[in-house]
Amino acid sequence: MIDYIKLGVLGAIAVLAAIAANYAHDLAYMVNALTVMLAAAITFIWVLRRIDEPRPAPVNEYNDGVIRAGVIATSFWGVVGFLVGVTIAFQLAFPALNFSDLTHGYLNFGKLRPLHTSAVIFAFGGNALIMSSFYIVQRTSAARLWGGNLAWFVFWGYQLVIVLAATGYILGATQSKEYAEPEWYVDIWLTVVWVAFLAVFLGTVIKRKEPHIYVANWFLLSFIVTVAMLHLVNNLSIPVSLFGSKSVQVFSGVQDAMTQWWYGHNAVGFFLTAGFLGMMYYFVPKQVERPVYSYKLSIIHFWALIFLYIWAGPHHLHYTALPDWASTLGMVFSIILWMPSWGGMINGLMTLSGAWDKLRTDPIIRMMVVSIGFYGMSTFEGPMMSIKAVNSLSHYTDWTIGHVHSGALGWNGMITFGALYFLTPRLWNRERLYSLTLVSWHFWLATIGIVLYAASMWVTGIMEGLMWREVDAQGFLVNAFADTVAAKFPMYVVRGLGGVLYLAGAVIMVYNLWATVAKQPATAGARAAVPAE
Amino acid sequence: MSRKPIKQKADPETTGHEWDGIQEWDNPMPRWWLWTFYATIIWGIAYTIAYPAWPLVTQATQGIFGQKNRAAVAAEIQRYEDANAPVEAKLVAADLTAIASDPELQNYTMNAGGAVFRTWCAQCHGSGAAGAVGYPNLLDNDWLWGGTIEDIHTTVSHGIRNTEDADARYSEMPRFGADELLEPEQIDQVVNHVLKISGQEADEALAAEGATVYADNCAGCHGEDGTGDRAQGAPNLTDAIWLYGGDVEALTESVSNARFGVMPAWAGRLSEAEIRAVAAWVHSRGGGE
Repeated sequence: MIDYIKLGVLGAIAVLAAIAANYAHDLAYMVNALTVMLAAAITFIWVLRRIDEPRPAPVNEYNDGVIRAGVIATSFWGVVGFLVGVTIAFQLAFPALNFSDLTHGYLNFGKLRPLHTSAVIFAFGGNALIMSSFYIVQRTSAARLWGGNLAWFVFWGYQLVIVLAATGYILGATQSKEYAEPEWYVDIWLTVVWVAFLAVFLGTVIKRKEPHIYVANWFLLSFIVTVAMLHLVNNLSIPVSLFGSKSVQVFSGVQDAMTQWWYGHNAVGFFLTAGFLGMMYYFVPKQVERPVYSYKLSIIHFWALIFLYIWAGPHHLHYTALPDWASTLGMVFSIILWMPSWGGMINGLMTLSGAWDKLRTDPIIRMMVVSIGFYGMSTFEGPMMSIKAVNSLSHYTDWTIGHVHSGALGWNGMITFGALYFLTPRLWNRERLYSLTLVSWHFWLATIGIVLYAASMWVTGIMEGLMWREVDAQGFLVNAFADTVAAKFPMYVVRGLGGVLYLAGAVIMVYNLWATVAKQPATAGARAAVPAE
Repeated sequence: MSRKPIKQKADPETTGHEWDGIQEWDNPMPRWWLWTFYATIIWGIAYTIAYPAWPLVTQATQGIFGQKNRAAVAAEIQRYEDANAPVEAKLVAADLTAIASDPELQNYTMNAGGAVFRTWCAQCHGSGAAGAVGYPNLLDNDWLWGGTIEDIHTTVSHGIRNTEDADARYSEMPRFGADELLEPEQIDQVVNHVLKISGQEADEALAAEGATVYADNCAGCHGEDGTGDRAQGAPNLTDAIWLYGGDVEALTESVSNARFGVMPAWAGRLSEAEIRAVAAWVHSRGGGE
């Protein structure tokens, strides 16, 4: 019966999407509608072919298929995102690489930049979070994912969000909000997918066979719930037409800016910090095989982190139309946030106490430790940059870009790589990774890449901040804007090279993961959901 | 695959929880961490008392230091304006040609004029004033509308071919091709004539025909010898300096469709002192007359 309902819904979506494509006011909307039509039609055929087949319902076995898909998607989108990043880094250094005449501006920096940020944060980071949430919540609850195939809906629904958003950017559909560029219909679809994600996660936690909820799951749940709230409020907008991509924001002026950065900063806070801390709290103790350092610390820093983060957004709007009081609060809460952020670093690093020798032999642990190190550095740098006096120098400069990347490449990237190396042999029942030497290569390429990136952006960011504010004895500006751009050229090249190293490391990882599955002998799998004693 | 953590001698107690083999030590929070956390909280409270912070019903708390960002910026700007007021008054009252010989005005206009140029003019003329295709180079001694400081002052104040200032410098070259004032072959001829008088390689036969076309259609503005006329902003065609390019393609385009370069008027947007300063700065670049 349920299959017939599915067919009805999918058929209706395909037909409605075709109608929408027919009446489309703009190219982006039409392409997106056709994509939806195609996705619905393919799913329709897939459901039709399996209709009324008896399906065994495993209850005591973990649902790992969707996580395997997540590992593949994470690796794929990671390489895509890094590649676009390297491209736009060199476009900034050598503007001829925009190839504007050849591509009629469709691949200009302005179009590719949101493609890069969305690809790495939401496609790479998002898939990493979803797949590790599904893995962690099953293992630490000793229960199969709740909701049957709902987890697969989350996976494929999320890939559709990525494809719609990415093609939309290239074709000009954007609501011009940083990290929230997708237009209204993609936002609605993401909301549906996200609620399903929450249901799967929460359903699994509720039916857990363990007496307590593990700390990783607190972080993952706070990430899922808060991102839903942020997404809904920041994307409040009214479509100009049901058949067009353009929409108008509900908020305007400084209220809109404040909402955007409340969202933007907490996307960092809950997506890239809380969510990834959830990953850290599982994968680090598992890989190190030591207990988590302090339960007390994890409670206090968890609650302090999620309470404080939500206030910190205004530090993105120092010295703007934002009132002074909001600016002050943003700065004060950012600084108080320093120690709660470091609580995660302490708990991660100190989990290695008694096992530091493993750093010599296990490049995956090395990767995780460097990841936590970059986490600690970025969460010190962030509060420092939120101080008004520092911000007056750093704001709008490349220092911000460097800060973001030491967090994204160092913390989010490295912990994700560690998780992928941890998961692949286990998910595909392989005894070990194909090559630890290649993991070492990946580790060094990525680490040197990040150092080149962050260092060049510090230099160029502080330099341009100083050049912008330089006035002579009579108060006149000394430098033209173009002078500051020209002065940054060498650092832009260094940054691009850092990106190349990081990308090369990721490509090596993909090969290593593929070889693990393809070339390593299989072992007998043990995937029963048994509670730990 | 996963091995149970082996309890070591110095290890503290665990909480007794376990998930998928993961346990937790019952360690206390590190003291330095906790005290730093408390210190940031205390500092935060103090800071919000000192500065505008907590939103109330009608307005936010203003802070006991009475600090306001906008007022601070306004005060800083005012401080420089007050300091510069005497020399600006002197600059506005001075004869333009006297600026270069007055050390105080000379010093001031070099700083102020350079800053004005880098802020308002560099977008078209380049931050070094070397220009670009369609935007004149201000470093050389080839001037379309005159290179004395008075000429430059007039150009900056009123602009060129804009619609906002009635005193803008104005001239308009006919579109000889688009408006069918000349036949295509005549355009070829006159282009070759221009190539020849500018010392470039030209088709002699076409150039000879072109001399007549030139005399009938172009000499009125560009002069019989092609050296141009500053009163009309008509460029000199005999030198190697070209605003839109001097090859066959660019010249054919210029003759066929004409050019109509526009510069905005700055009077009203910049103060008289700023205009004088930037005029003096441009005049000093090397080509000033």
